[in-house]
Amino acid sequence: MKSDKVLDAKGLACPMPIVRTKKAMNELESGQILEVHVTDKGAKNDLDAWSKSGGHDLLEQTEEGDVLKVWIKKG
Amino acid sequence: MAVQALTANEVTQKIFNKVPLFILDVRNEHDFSDWKIEGHDVDHLNVPYFDLLDGVEDILENIPSDKEVLVVCAKEGSSVMVSEMLSETGLSVSYLKGGMKAWSEHLEPVKVGDLQDGGEVYQFVRIGKGCLSYMVISNGEAAIIDATRMADVFIDFAEGKGAMITHVFDTHLHADHISGGRIIAEKTKATYWLPPKDAEEVVFDYQPLEEGNDIIIGNTKIKIQPIYSPGHTIGSTSFIVDDQYLLSGDILFIDSIGRPDLAGMAEDWVGDLRKTLYSRYKALSKDLIVLPAHFMIIDELNEDGSVGQKLSTLFTENHGLNIANETEFRHLVTDHLPPQPHAYQEIRETNMGKINPDEEKQREMEIGPNRCAIR
Repeated sequence: MKSDKVLDAKGLACPMPIVRTKKAMNELESGQILEVHVTDKGAKNDLDAWSKSGGHDLLEQTEEGDVLKVWIKKG
Repeated sequence: MAVQALTANEVTQKIFNKVPLFILDVRNEHDFSDWKIEGHDVDHLNVPYFDLLDGVEDILENIPSDKEVLVVCAKEGSSVMVSEMLSETGLSVSYLKGGMKAWSEHLEPVKVGDLQDGGEVYQFVRIGKGCLSYMVISNGEAAIIDATRMADVFIDFAEGKGAMITHVFDTHLHADHISGGRIIAEKTKATYWLPPKDAEEVVFDYQPLEEGNDIIIGNTKIKIQPIYSPGHTIGSTSFIVDDQYLLSGDILFIDSIGRPDLAGMAEDWVGDLRKTLYSRYKALSKDLIVLPAHFMIIDELNEDGSVGQKLSTLFTENHGLNIANETEFRHLVTDHLPPQPHAYQEIRETNMGKINPDEEKQREMEIGPNRCAIR
């Protein structure tokens, strides 16, 4: 899936993945897509909950080994 | 103001001592609703950490100034961040070191009593999950019953007492937690005992528990007497230790009774459960102190943090032991079963030796409270 910005948050421990995601999202326009890569186990549920809470759309997610990739569309 | 790190042990002591606590739990709502820190005077506020990234002003009015504030998250990271934000506003707060992960694994040793010819019985209270394990120590020898997977805690404790672990038991094949029994036995060259009827599919060697074959600990004949007590599982076995204690596994708890369906056999095993509780246990000495393998609610803890009660008291006060009508009993036991423990099938397979998950996976499998009882 195409994205407007890719955030590499691999190896970062909670809360950093969401802290960085929030910051990266701030730099995007509404409708643009942020692609986030994480390895932290808790990040999956947190990204889902954070997106909902912030009015964004979690479009897709894939798991490649240890790495979770999500695509979030800014609301 | 100050940010203090509190260990799981320190928080456990506060829970035992009924210290009023205000817990700001910054995990996401799903995890919070699954399980949380419980105590007599514990208030909670759940605000996911990602809702606080812009600041904590909005929640300040909800934080009381008259009790200790503990910030809690899954592994510690987020609670440290939120604690620091709160302390910048002037509040004094603590965070749980290691987070709920540490809480789930924490074992608090509590002495239950002495043995008749010298020696002691210890209970290990896994306050975050409700599991209870036991160590019987006599004359330099130790026996462990229903050990949880934190094997080193038991091994180190026995070493600290100058005791050699010679026998390790599981009262039944557990579905709610991963047993540390086999690992402890391997590391210490002790004998590992299991009830054979629960062990039909295990892939490792073990010693079969049989009623009538008592095990002796220490020179002073500490009798560990297996009593076949099916109903929670087909092979569930209780132990009478030193003619004083009845280790009832998951058959009988302080405030409830065991559920027979964890291997999908509720209907068939209700009869066994009733016979064990209403006949086999009824025939035992009423002065025995019942020491179960789980507690469900914080109210079951005694003043000193231990969980245990005289069999006679349970026969008077435990509802599950006082249902005269067998049909009513059957309904109680099969009608309102709580959902199966998280990942129970995988846990059973791990305990059978069929699968060998790594530590992180084991942790994940065990997340959440135990659901071993009928409520």
